[in-house]
Amino acid sequence: MAKVIMTADDSASVRQMVSFTLKQNGYDVVEAVDGKDALTKLGSQKVDMLITDLNMPNLDGIGLIKGVRAGSLNKFIPIIMLTTESQDSRKAEGKSAGATGWIVKPFKPEQLIAVVKKVLG
Amino acid sequence: MMEQAIATYREEATELLAELETSLLELEENPQDDDLINRVFRAMHTIKGSGAMFGFDDIARFTHEVETVFDQVRNGKLFVTRPLLDLTLQARDQISTMLQASAGGPPADETKGQQIIAGLQALLPQSAAPVVKETKLAEQPAAQGEVCQRTFRIRFKPAPDIMLGGTNPLNLLNELRSLGQCEIVTHLDAIPPIRELVPEQCHFYWDIIITTPHGMDALKDVFIFVEDDCDLKIDLINDTAAITAEGDANYKNLGEILVERGDLSPVEMQKILSMQKRFGELLVEQGILPQSKVEAALLEQQQVRQARQEKTVQETALSIRVPAERLDYLVNLVGELVTVQAHLTQTADEKNDGDIIAIAEEVERLISELRDTTLTMRMLPIGSTFSKFKRLVRDLSTELGKEIDLETAGAETELDKTVIEKLNDPLVHLIRNSIDHGIEMPEVRRAAGKAPKGIIHLGAVHSGDSVLVTIRDNGAGLNKEAIRAKAVERGLITAGAELSDKEIYNLIFAPGFSTAKAVTSVSGRGVGMDVVKKAIEALRGSIDINSTPGTGSVITLKIPLTLAIIETLLVRIDDNFFVLPLAMVEECIELTRADVEAAHGRNLAHVRGTLIPYVSLREQFGITGAQPDIEQVVIAGVNGSRIGFVVDDVVGEHQTVIKSLGKLYRDVQGISGATILGDGTVALILDPHLLVRDVERSELQQFG
Repeated sequence: MAKVIMTADDSASVRQMVSFTLKQNGYDVVEAVDGKDALTKLGSQKVDMLITDLNMPNLDGIGLIKGVRAGSLNKFIPIIMLTTESQDSRKAEGKSAGATGWIVKPFKPEQLIAVVKKVLG
Repeated sequence: MMEQAIATYREEATELLAELETSLLELEENPQDDDLINRVFRAMHTIKGSGAMFGFDDIARFTHEVETVFDQVRNGKLFVTRPLLDLTLQARDQISTMLQASAGGPPADETKGQQIIAGLQALLPQSAAPVVKETKLAEQPAAQGEVCQRTFRIRFKPAPDIMLGGTNPLNLLNELRSLGQCEIVTHLDAIPPIRELVPEQCHFYWDIIITTPHGMDALKDVFIFVEDDCDLKIDLINDTAAITAEGDANYKNLGEILVERGDLSPVEMQKILSMQKRFGELLVEQGILPQSKVEAALLEQQQVRQARQEKTVQETALSIRVPAERLDYLVNLVGELVTVQAHLTQTADEKNDGDIIAIAEEVERLISELRDTTLTMRMLPIGSTFSKFKRLVRDLSTELGKEIDLETAGAETELDKTVIEKLNDPLVHLIRNSIDHGIEMPEVRRAAGKAPKGIIHLGAVHSGDSVLVTIRDNGAGLNKEAIRAKAVERGLITAGAELSDKEIYNLIFAPGFSTAKAVTSVSGRGVGMDVVKKAIEALRGSIDINSTPGTGSVITLKIPLTLAIIETLLVRIDDNFFVLPLAMVEECIELTRADVEAAHGRNLAHVRGTLIPYVSLREQFGITGAQPDIEQVVIAGVNGSRIGFVVDDVVGEHQTVIKSLGKLYRDVQGISGATILGDGTVALILDPHLLVRDVERSELQQFG
């Protein structure tokens, strides 16, 4: 069965690109428009992985990661955060909140897939 | 797809710019409002981040500067002032112009942009000017030159709560395995007693010795996400590039390795050394180190020594090119030699002379070694054929408007040169079939909830004295009803015939069978799978098909490693000798007159409660002469069922050098070649597949 990956991002274009790339490589995708939306959906749906932006309205990426790790259903899933090069401190913050890894924006579809394969095994 | 995302980005950016303007104007009235500052920052962040993703590099670069300033504001290091807001609003307009320029509008004024940036940078406190650090995932550095293998020692000790961060340490070990030859030792000594054990924690740690063409950076990249959550030590312990030609194949002693790793102190090493026993055993015995640590160090020693040895060998004699026909000639000679050796052994046995028997045995041993060596010389990796198919898949799928990827595995699997050549056409046919009939059109796939891109997987793997080649697609699978209907229409089966799934699938190998509704340029001209099956059987291989509706089909070809010499079972009928490929033979049983009478004229034998149909080779080949009271049945696996072949006597196993029969006999059914026995007698090589088919056909004509 195809693995399910959630992409949480307030930018529709990034969501679209992530989602398309993942689907093309045989993954199923669930989209969330911000941290709050993502956390609500993750409360009831089991996914295999989460790819989240850090800067989002309502609930940001750090809050989302903490929320997922504190929950039960998706507690152990790999979480990849999308960061920009200016956010080294945010990266550390994300790691300590429980993120598994990160991808630096901008990234190419192949880079995304390489990271997904790396953490999903 | 990209165009669509770019269009989405333009819309999104336009909306964000509008929002930015409003926020900035509001900020003028409430300069302390953190919420507003955050909103401004986020808007610019998204414009920048997504812009870079979709090729708007100029916008990304420009916005980055503005964003840097607002990052300072957000962190309370800079206050919202009138000049700042003015510059930011100008910057907003600049971004807007740049966005329009990319959509065909007038180009943006670059000098103006630079002025805005200079103005913004002037507002920054000096020390806060950011240092942009590149932390992208490093591309793997290409291996330097040709074979430059390095050996690394890695100790990977993850923090106990590593799994809470979503990392599965096993994935990391698997990733290392994919980089090179890997020896992994797991240490269990950090695992707490079961009462204190928290199941969510990881207490394993590993010593890994890896020999790889990749550099240190590639190895570090494996652990890039966990750097801070583990004790990681990577040391270069051997670099074959640095070894001189006379290369010392020895490596450090176990004690030295352990001392270097910090697992053992030099004093302890000396103490143990003075005891003059096996060092590793003593360490364990004395309880200084657990067995696993010693093993890990021993593995390192082994692997480095091996790598150095290989390097030396490579440098002295890389390879020699030999014309193929010279090899063929050599194989022929070895074949003759095997025949002569059989003769020698037989004669020695007859003379019953101990000295000659001893010599014969010696010769037999040497010749079997010579045979094996010669045959492996003709082995080639199957990968060369695989790479040709990439092109085939690419071209054909485009022609048909389908999206298909070809994945290959086991390209390094070795097969006899001739076998590989003869395998090419059947594989082309099977792959064409998968492309044409297997994988659906992208829209059909999408409608079925599958990825629009289909995958054809081509794999090869050793299995005993054969190689299994599999062609797997994730297409529609075989349509059982269509095959059945077609088979009835062609008169291959009766309408009421009860067939298992496997039997139905096997119908597609019947001559003249094709279920394609329309004849395409790719396949479906009726010369189909039967040709493939014949070609595979000519290689003394077999073909097996499996399919799940909706998820795809798998075709497995079982191909013998070589064509020149095979292991066979020698049997006798009257004074004629035959051989059967030993790989197909499952067992031998006796058949008495009473058994035959009890079966009332049907050719069925009772074997441990099951009925096995048999073919009487005596009848089949019209051999006259006295039939013995007790005959032998050789039971062979043919097309997945067990079929018996009745002979007078089973002589024993035989090394068979295959000789072809020549053009005159090419239409003979059921015989695939001949061989010469030790005493010069000719034995015919039986082809159980064809024999069974022949019998089936005559039965059909008789009763069908």
